[in-house]
Amino acid sequence: MKAPDYRTPRVGIDSAEHQAKLYRIWETAPGVKGFFTTVDHKVIGIRYIVTAFIFLALGGMEALVMRMQLARPNMALLTPDQYNQLFSTHGMTMIFLYASPILSGFSNYLWPLLLGSRDMAFPRLNALSYWIYLASGLFLYAGFLTGNGPNDGWFNYVPNASRPFNPGLNEDFYALGMVFLGISVTVGAANFIVTAFRTRAPGMSINRLPIMVWGTLTASVANLIVVPAVSLAFFMLWMDRQFGTHFFDAAGGGQALLWQHLFWIFGHPWVYAIVLPAMGMVSDGLPVFCRRPLVGYSLVALSTVATMILGFGVWVHHMFATGLPGLGLAFFSGASIAITLPSAVAVFAWIATIWHGRPVITTAFLFFSSMILLFVIGGVSGFMTASVPVDWQLTDTYFVVAHLHYVLIGINVFPVVGATYFWFPKMSGKFLDEKLGRWNFWTMFIGFNVAFLPMHLTGLLGMPRRVYTYNDYPGWATLNLLTSVGAFIFAVGVLLFFVNVLKSLRVGAKASANPWDGPTLEWSVPSPPPAYNFAVIPTVASRHPLWESRLEEGGTVSSLDRGLLLDQGKETIATSALDAQPDMILEMPEDSYAPVVLTAGLSVLFVGLLLRNWIAVGVGAVIVAGGILAWLWPSRELREREPEVAHG
Amino acid sequence: MSNALNSSPLGYLDAAGTHAQRILPLTLYTLVISIVVCVVITVLLWLAIRRNPVDSRLAVHEVPVERGGNGLRWISVGLSISAIPLLVALVWTMMVLAAIASPPKKPALVLDITARQWWWDVHYNGERPSDAFDTANEIHIPVGQPVLVRLHAADVIHSFWVPKLSGKTDMIPGQTNQSWMQAETPGRYLGQCSEFCGYQHAHMQFEVVAQSPAEFAAWKEAQLRPAPDPATPEAKRGQELMETRCGMCHQVRGTRAGATAAPDLTHLMSRKMIASGALENTPGNLAGWIDVPQSMKPDSFMPNQDLSGQQINDELAYLETLQ
Repeated sequence: MKAPDYRTPRVGIDSAEHQAKLYRIWETAPGVKGFFTTVDHKVIGIRYIVTAFIFLALGGMEALVMRMQLARPNMALLTPDQYNQLFSTHGMTMIFLYASPILSGFSNYLWPLLLGSRDMAFPRLNALSYWIYLASGLFLYAGFLTGNGPNDGWFNYVPNASRPFNPGLNEDFYALGMVFLGISVTVGAANFIVTAFRTRAPGMSINRLPIMVWGTLTASVANLIVVPAVSLAFFMLWMDRQFGTHFFDAAGGGQALLWQHLFWIFGHPWVYAIVLPAMGMVSDGLPVFCRRPLVGYSLVALSTVATMILGFGVWVHHMFATGLPGLGLAFFSGASIAITLPSAVAVFAWIATIWHGRPVITTAFLFFSSMILLFVIGGVSGFMTASVPVDWQLTDTYFVVAHLHYVLIGINVFPVVGATYFWFPKMSGKFLDEKLGRWNFWTMFIGFNVAFLPMHLTGLLGMPRRVYTYNDYPGWATLNLLTSVGAFIFAVGVLLFFVNVLKSLRVGAKASANPWDGPTLEWSVPSPPPAYNFAVIPTVASRHPLWESRLEEGGTVSSLDRGLLLDQGKETIATSALDAQPDMILEMPEDSYAPVVLTAGLSVLFVGLLLRNWIAVGVGAVIVAGGILAWLWPSRELREREPEVAHG
Repeated sequence: MSNALNSSPLGYLDAAGTHAQRILPLTLYTLVISIVVCVVITVLLWLAIRRNPVDSRLAVHEVPVERGGNGLRWISVGLSISAIPLLVALVWTMMVLAAIASPPKKPALVLDITARQWWWDVHYNGERPSDAFDTANEIHIPVGQPVLVRLHAADVIHSFWVPKLSGKTDMIPGQTNQSWMQAETPGRYLGQCSEFCGYQHAHMQFEVVAQSPAEFAAWKEAQLRPAPDPATPEAKRGQELMETRCGMCHQVRGTRAGATAAPDLTHLMSRKMIASGALENTPGNLAGWIDVPQSMKPDSFMPNQDLSGQQINDELAYLETLQ
């Protein structure tokens, strides 16, 4: 019997029977099966977050070993080779395996809850994105643990990464691992983009999106555009190394600088991709503790997008010293200076929000508000390197190391830890300990600044980056010792954070559905939320559905208890891209083995490529093909249907 | 610390050459602006947090939500004020960029510098081929005159940087970059490779020695001479060792040691440092460096030699003649 092409979704009120029905439809199977097959965005989000924090800890331990070596001049704790692998692996870990995935984790967990949806647009793609992230992370770390870690920096310049200068497996692990990881980023980005435009609750027009959604959406568009450049670059490097192609080999007619262009065309937008969602966390979280809406919502949303657009035109500021023509440098210098302005919009919006609000000092607030200061310090040092002649002195000194840590720790780690304090009650139903939280914050804040503020001076005194040891020039020894001490204090702070999470999971104070009295949809569902998120799909009438009565925004009010029931199967609603008018009933896929099988096949394939074992490559390819076939096998249940009439 | 600022050999907050001097005021301008911005934001943030204090016993949800002031003036005023120093920086950047694009006058000297893992080959060009010579890791220039440097890389990417004299220019295989420097005061200026280039990137330094034109001419004259014949039996044995072993990679002009894979040693003893800045050129360091370089600069391309005590003494005796 042929199902009709349309169906009118029922509108109704939440009830216990309705919830029980949804529970049966949405709940993941228990045990091993559920573990490998789940497509629940909340489970995947938490997996992302936990995995990324483990990588943060690993990268942090690598940093501490380096700081021991650098604590005094002319130390011999590490060999040059060990040091090079450590600093390269540290960069790779923090940038690729922590900073981006942690934000994907929060976005994965939060987006459907923020948007009033029951899942991401493509749940199985979401699972695939996580499994590949995990597999490629293990692949990259397999290299490091066997003494074959990357040894040419995360930026991996050729020809030092080419075979004649780097004959081991180190760079093959790195090159293939990065191509592998690129698949995860790409499918994840595509999923976020479609989710943002198509699975919002009715009425959540584009000007009502939380800023974090703007941040991740913008970052995802950028990733979709620039990740191919870096995947291509790493693939070409692997070809150069394994098959003697000469893409980057000057002697064979190639160009060493081609690598740098391909890498930084990706690399600089990527820097914005790993801070914009975190800035969004602050834009959404900070106002809750200031007890008022964000100042300048539209300007902040637009500046998020503007940062990314300008961000496509600044990559050459990593290459000012490469001998490119002056006219070209002038353009990129101008763009790099101009990009300060959209960042300034966010800074002033945040300060104004605090100024005109009534800030309640919590640990989350401390992390969010201190981030403003760290962001400004990282921003102004970036402004200094944007000026070409100044950069000719600053670049490749510790000044840039200080700059990038203010950017990455200041604008990623601090907001992320703040966001954990903010959203942990939603995820677990328990508060993080506030008292331990203060210790956590102050140790991290003091340790971080002790480590990295004096480092600007180390750079101004001329200490070059990426050196395994250094001479006892005036001032260097003291400053480096200070940095090493600060690094250990900072590490204790991060440790306190992990301790707080583990402790609070067991004995934390219980949190209600809306423990902070927040304004957005995620606070309208229980903590932790049920598998189906929303028993009825809410209808949204403002940016702050839960604050409407108090903000006197006037007009229609959001409807949270009455809405689309969508209980005929695993369903959610698709809405139009800009105005969020109901458009289609989305039939969501059941849990599936396909993503994990596909990842296993890809893993076999990449290991085969690494070892040049073509049989393994063939086996991997067959598994991948089988996984895709199973995934795409037509299924009647997944036929999308249009609702007959729009929900009113 | 202010002492360190002035005496740090790689610090660039004081300049001794025209190129670096033109950059320095812009560096200081951006630095001061940056510090002012950080201070102002810190104060504003502090005031903002202290402005409407909330009873610390209240939980977040107990503090009522209000619409509050609209605050957009913060953004418009903040942006307007921020734009001014940014614009100044932009224009100033373009001006400095134009001013240092080429040397102020026709260069008195053209050097071809080739970076290698992990040392610097310096080629002095002459009017006639017989006026040209190579040295390593120590660059002598006449003070007060612009020197054009053509930068090459023989293996991987390196970067040429003498902070007190000029900013960085990368040295990239397959392309020739140019920079220039002009020392205003005589002295020794430290240079450092500033692009990661492998194991011994840390120990890839050189010195620029700025001398009066007369001293420079005398130095050049001395460098052009081949190595003298050794006089003592120890030195003679040392020369033989040089030719049969060290000569596989090194050159000593006037002998059979004629390879160019490693630094030219014809006038080794005229240099202050050895191993590309890793060690001072003292007899003890030299002896150690010849015998067990891998323990002094691990993973460099100079292999351990396993010399006998007598061989080391012979070799030192010979090297001392290479003034």
